[in-house]
Amino acid sequence: MTSGGALSADDRRVWLIIAAMALVSLLLIPLSQALFGLRFTYTVRVVALGGSFLGLLSGALGCFAVLRRESLLGDALSHAALPGVAIAFLLAGRELSLLLIGAGIASWLSLRFIAALLATTRIKQDAALGIVLASWFAAGIALLAYIQSIPDASQAGLDHFIFGQAAAIIESDVRLVMGVGSIILCLLALLWKEFKLVTFDAEFAGANGLRIGLINTLLSTLIVVTIVLGLQLAGVILMVGMLIAPGVAARQWTHELNQMVILAAVFGAFSGGFGAVISALDSDIPTGPTIIVVAFALVLMSLTLAPGRGLLWSRLRQRSNRRAFAARNTLRHLYRYALAHGAANSPVPDSFIRGVGDRGAELGLRELGGAGHVRLGESGWQLSESGVELARRDLHNQQLWETYRLYAHELDLPDLAEDREREIASLLPADALAKLEAKLAEGAHP
Amino acid sequence: MQIDDQSLSKLALSVDDLTVAYHEKPAIWDIDLDVPAGVLMAIVGPNGAGKSTLIKAVLNLIPRAAGTVSFYGEPYERARSLVGYVPQRGSVDWDFPTSVLDVVTMGLYGKLGWFRRPGKTERALALAALEQVGLVDFAERQISQLSGGQQQRTFLARALVQDAQIYFMDEPFAAVDAVTENAIVNILRQLNQRGKTVLVVHHDLQTVEEYFDWVTLLNVEVIASGPTLETFTLANLQKTYGGRVSSLHGGQLLAASAQ
Repeated sequence: MTSGGALSADDRRVWLIIAAMALVSLLLIPLSQALFGLRFTYTVRVVALGGSFLGLLSGALGCFAVLRRESLLGDALSHAALPGVAIAFLLAGRELSLLLIGAGIASWLSLRFIAALLATTRIKQDAALGIVLASWFAAGIALLAYIQSIPDASQAGLDHFIFGQAAAIIESDVRLVMGVGSIILCLLALLWKEFKLVTFDAEFAGANGLRIGLINTLLSTLIVVTIVLGLQLAGVILMVGMLIAPGVAARQWTHELNQMVILAAVFGAFSGGFGAVISALDSDIPTGPTIIVVAFALVLMSLTLAPGRGLLWSRLRQRSNRRAFAARNTLRHLYRYALAHGAANSPVPDSFIRGVGDRGAELGLRELGGAGHVRLGESGWQLSESGVELARRDLHNQQLWETYRLYAHELDLPDLAEDREREIASLLPADALAKLEAKLAEGAHP
Repeated sequence: MQIDDQSLSKLALSVDDLTVAYHEKPAIWDIDLDVPAGVLMAIVGPNGAGKSTLIKAVLNLIPRAAGTVSFYGEPYERARSLVGYVPQRGSVDWDFPTSVLDVVTMGLYGKLGWFRRPGKTERALALAALEQVGLVDFAERQISQLSGGQQQRTFLARALVQDAQIYFMDEPFAAVDAVTENAIVNILRQLNQRGKTVLVVHHDLQTVEEYFDWVTLLNVEVIASGPTLETFTLANLQKTYGGRVSSLHGGQLLAASAQ
């Protein structure tokens, strides 16, 4: 999917996280045994396996919902599944695969209904989603209430679809989920480029001859099936969290769609498995909320820690930028004043540098002082040898940039994006730099 | 589909009675348009004149209320591989997780067909297109790091790999830097020299005569269409823009280009 070249440091980091998360998810049972003293029972194994696989599936598919800005559509679709569960029960009784088929049909119909609302009326998307979510969910709740009033007792457990219940999952359920889920993952792999293009730029895909209507329907259907499979575990209310949280978390770590989907899958597997295990400890702990709490802990961690996009990271970068900026400015002021008063290391009065430098001066002086470029003598701030050298190089770099701007065309130099804080010498090939230096030496610089 | 010399001398695009309406209000009305093969055509008109709508309707991207369209005498379904498209830069999310090279490769997805993945050949073609737009050093960059002009050139490269006969470009010159504008103009000229037909939605009336040899003036209806020299007249511009255009030559198209 990507280039054949060597892995960049960023790529390596992402694959490392993927490997680590996958390992933790695989070792979930022994780890929780060791950490929480959890008994290694058959039920717990089944539940953890089901939870992990559902998390994996919804994490992978959820990336597309996130990227298409359809997270709330996912929420409407999962709520809309509830009346389907109830109607399927009334018609066919408590057989999981039939209940899920009912859920899928209801959810898929609600998708078409939303599309029809948008196409034929002037209702905006958020309102259409609100209408469908509330009305279908209300119908589902009403039907469940009716079902509970029927004396036949086999209805017990239908309300698990609202919040999810891991303990109710049995081996045949997991087999069903894994069978259908594997088909979904295969389709995702097969139609990877189609899904990617339609998600990024549907208009272009259409003009390029792709059947966008069909591809969109396929992708939405896969998302619907994923939602339906996850209902037993996460419930209709919180399923959206399982769908979008892994994708949101994964997006913080990478800029490649394939990495994002794989990372979301392992995040999802971890959340689903871990949440299911915790809730299996005690039947009073609802599964859906537990899984969502785990998933959003991952989101929180990613938002804070992820390099490049994380809050912590950008705070640190802002800080170091501010320091570098203050140091550079202060150095320039010191150097200019000193040169104007005799020599590069003439002392500069403290009042002057604080006067021109404003609040940055304090920070700048601290930075420069810490690096040994300047020290405070009796008559003021004095640049050290290294400080003078640094200031000289900085000035020369600025002059080279100035010359580049004026003569780049005449000297036929390669195109550079102007960034005066970078060393132009490191950006230009040697012969181009020589030409530029010669031009500067000629005295071309004003 | 084979293009022989005879069909090249025919019409690249023929539009008949094309009408598109949004909620009963016509966005474009009864468009008749014949574009000869090999021209470099600007589509100009005020905001809301339906310029983008025209392109999208021609490419079957939005439903038509009426009308037929043919490319080199064939309906769209059979002429797809002849058509290249550069959408407006703002129509996609540039924070999408993908690289420049990847976006350009997307221009080949239609040709690849279902299930097949792009490989070495596609990579080479995409790199060649990036070379043409001067972005080959940016191939591995994330698209979120591009400037506006670089985004536009990325889209242009994606259209170039399509290797189409007729190109539709929706405001490629909107808010780009001078380097990009030059790069785009050069590419338009190269395409033109290779006998391609290029239709460009254009906003800057000042440069129409310099860049384009054919022009269509549009304001819901087609006001005029033909060679720039004959068509791009003050009288026609006033019909298109109302009284806001005061004089044509000497760079005085202030009112219209101010939009």
